[in-house]
Amino acid sequence: MTAPLPEAPLLEARGLAKTYLTPRTAFRPPGRVAAVAGVDVTLEAGASLGLVGESGCGKSTLARLLLRLVPLSGGSIRFAGQDITDLSERAMRRLRRRMQLIHQNPSAALDPRLTVMSAVAEPLRIQGIARGRALHDRVAALLAEVGLPGDFLHRHPHELSGGQKQRVCIARALALEPQLVVLDEPTSALDVSVQAQILDFLGALRRQRGLSYLFISHNLAVVRQVCERVAVMYLGRIVEEGPAAEVLERPQHPYTRALLASVPRLGVAGVAAAAPGDPPNPADPPPGCAFHPRCLVAEPACRTTAPALNFARGEDHRVACHVAARRGLPEMTETT
Amino acid sequence: MTTLLEIADYRLAFDTFDGTHHVLDGIDLRLDAGETLGVVGETGCGKSVLARSLLQLNPSPPARVVSGAIRFRGEDLLRLEEAALRRLRGRAIAMVFQDPASYLNPLLAVATQMEDAIRGQDSAAGGRPRPRRAARALAAELLSAVGLPEPQRLLASHPHQLSGGMRQRVLIAMALAGEPALLVADEPTTALDVTVQAQVLALIDGLVRARGLALMLISHDLGVVSASCARVAVMYAGTVVEEAPTPELIARPLHPYAQGLIAAVPDLGRPEAKPRGMPGSIPSLLHPPSGCRFHPRCPLASERCRVEKPLRRTLLPGRSVACHHATP
Ligand SMILES: Nc1ncnc2c1ncn2[C@@H]1O[C@H](COP(=O)(O)OP(=O)(O)OP(=O)(O)O)[C@@H](O)[C@H]1O
Ligand SMILES: Nc1ncnc2c1ncn2[C@@H]1O[C@H](COP(=O)(O)OP(=O)(O)OP(=O)(O)O)[C@@H](O)[C@H]1O
Ligand code: SF4
Ligand SMILES: [Mg+2]
Ligand SMILES: [Mg+2]
Repeated sequence: MTAPLPEAPLLEARGLAKTYLTPRTAFRPPGRVAAVAGVDVTLEAGASLGLVGESGCGKSTLARLLLRLVPLSGGSIRFAGQDITDLSERAMRRLRRRMQLIHQNPSAALDPRLTVMSAVAEPLRIQGIARGRALHDRVAALLAEVGLPGDFLHRHPHELSGGQKQRVCIARALALEPQLVVLDEPTSALDVSVQAQILDFLGALRRQRGLSYLFISHNLAVVRQVCERVAVMYLGRIVEEGPAAEVLERPQHPYTRALLASVPRLGVAGVAAAAPGDPPNPADPPPGCAFHPRCLVAEPACRTTAPALNFARGEDHRVACHVAARRGLPEMTETT
Repeated sequence: MTTLLEIADYRLAFDTFDGTHHVLDGIDLRLDAGETLGVVGETGCGKSVLARSLLQLNPSPPARVVSGAIRFRGEDLLRLEEAALRRLRGRAIAMVFQDPASYLNPLLAVATQMEDAIRGQDSAAGGRPRPRRAARALAAELLSAVGLPEPQRLLASHPHQLSGGMRQRVLIAMALAGEPALLVADEPTTALDVTVQAQVLALIDGLVRARGLALMLISHDLGVVSASCARVAVMYAGTVVEEAPTPELIARPLHPYAQGLIAAVPDLGRPEAKPRGMPGSIPSLLHPPSGCRFHPRCPLASERCRVEKPLRRTLLPGRSVACHHATP
């Protein structure tokens, strides 16, 4: 790999934090949820970073912070060399052309009354980029790029399958020629045969257009296929980060290991229940390492001190675990 | 081994305002006592409708049985009176669903709901419901059996105080109350996180072994079925296209749809194998394709496939395939 090194990463975030205040309900008192608690993200131009972790660990919140769709509780963000932490809403709107978000549920993202043509044309029209014939041609070209024939232009969402709807959403996100695309569980609502088509197509698109992806998924096999790097989140923090092959084949954090061991494998009977208990309540996080109540190798320090994200195996692979940092975990054994 | 469940040429249609949906099109399956069978297939292929058929839970109308029989211990469920069905539900066949929250009443303590379920089973069996205190003792026992610590504290709590995994365990515990012979689990772990899914699958596996339960586990996830079931039936558009021992199906699927399905699954163990998509989309059940319902998407399809519905035939010992052109 000899791609020329860009001067600065496309996206660089330091110490990102988001705390939600939750109102009192019939079932619980008011509280504070640290949905994202001090996260660094670096995404090089043209690279793809996978973000994995279980429900509620803060993946979507982190995505929204990076695009400045929700106010930050702390931290800073640079995009294409520019500090956008305190950029005005107006300036952000112009910048958003270059950063797009694709959601899990394509049905909810499309207005049922708009045709495919109108849905894809909307951002182009709003930004005043094209009109009339030029607009029509531009939309037709975008649809062709996402693999939808021209006769789809005048269809409504209810006339499309789930995979076709997701393609329309992708075409709309591409309309403004973004550099960064954040995909939040883009195939989770799709059948596996459709997922394979969309993943394949997203990979080709990134290569052709030189896009950067932040790819959020709870499916480790999907992330392994799409992403060069992967970050594993647990309760608002990144606990392990590195090249996808490294992290998913030689995981160093006990949580990453538990996650991998829990995935049922094709053609393999049984599955290892590798982390006892439930993911913790984000409104009442455990002290020290948030994973310690479920961790099979926890030591006294884990109960009191939160581990920092430090280098594990070489410069490129970082892990936040006292035990892994001090003496490393034993090599993974085959699941029992 | 005795045949516990036998589904024979079962056809079910839904009559709706836009016409008749031919949802199940000649299902043949059997399950012996203590056996585990997985049912896989993509969304809308009829997995849940099939599961609900075993307890006659599809609302009718619109559901209409077109033909066939569903025999449980030799008795055709399709001919049973409602009272006889009620006796069967929970006692002989119990069900667990995808979304545990919607099967628990948010306003009642777990204890009340479990006692009601246990006492309901008593009356359905024709006896007098046991006293609440005895029902509660059994409830606590069942909660321990599904691996929930501190059953007494749990009994006193309300569903919203429990995690998704705990709620699913509570429902599994309730399903065990009638000592069923067959557990039907429809996507029991789909709403759960993967570490919690692994716990619940291990629990189901343990219960099946310890109690000699037969299990019919429905999932869109071939990995989940691999983990839990010795045999698997692959459904496509309301038909079972292939049935085989699970490892054999994964290693060498024979039906073109099963081949496409397995090739589409990304496998963590083999990252170099690139998943392949399947062209086309799931057919309408309002106007299902003629002949083989898979023919519009099938790479092997011939003229015969367009006109003649393939019957499932045994190609290898224990393996049957509904395809004119599949070879062992
Ligand atoms: N608007 C909000 N108000 C209050 N709490 C919120 C809000 N949005 C998210 N949270 C909480 O923040 C935490 C992280 O949520 P987030 O949606 O980022 O998780 P996630 O990792 O994307 O989960 P999933 O995999 O289920 O999508 C959760 O505890 C969630 O309940
Ligand atoms: N009450 C109903 N009235 C009309 N059609 C119905 C009804 N219930 C189910 N169907 C139809 O029957 C077909 C099979 O549905 P079913 O829920 O069994 O699919 P499934 O395989 O369980 O899918 P999923 O994986 O999404 O759960 C679908 O086309 C569905 O629209
Ligand atoms: S019967 Fe024909 S169309 Fe159907 S799966 Fe076999 S070859 Fe394909
Ligand atoms: Mg999310
Ligand atoms: Mg279903």
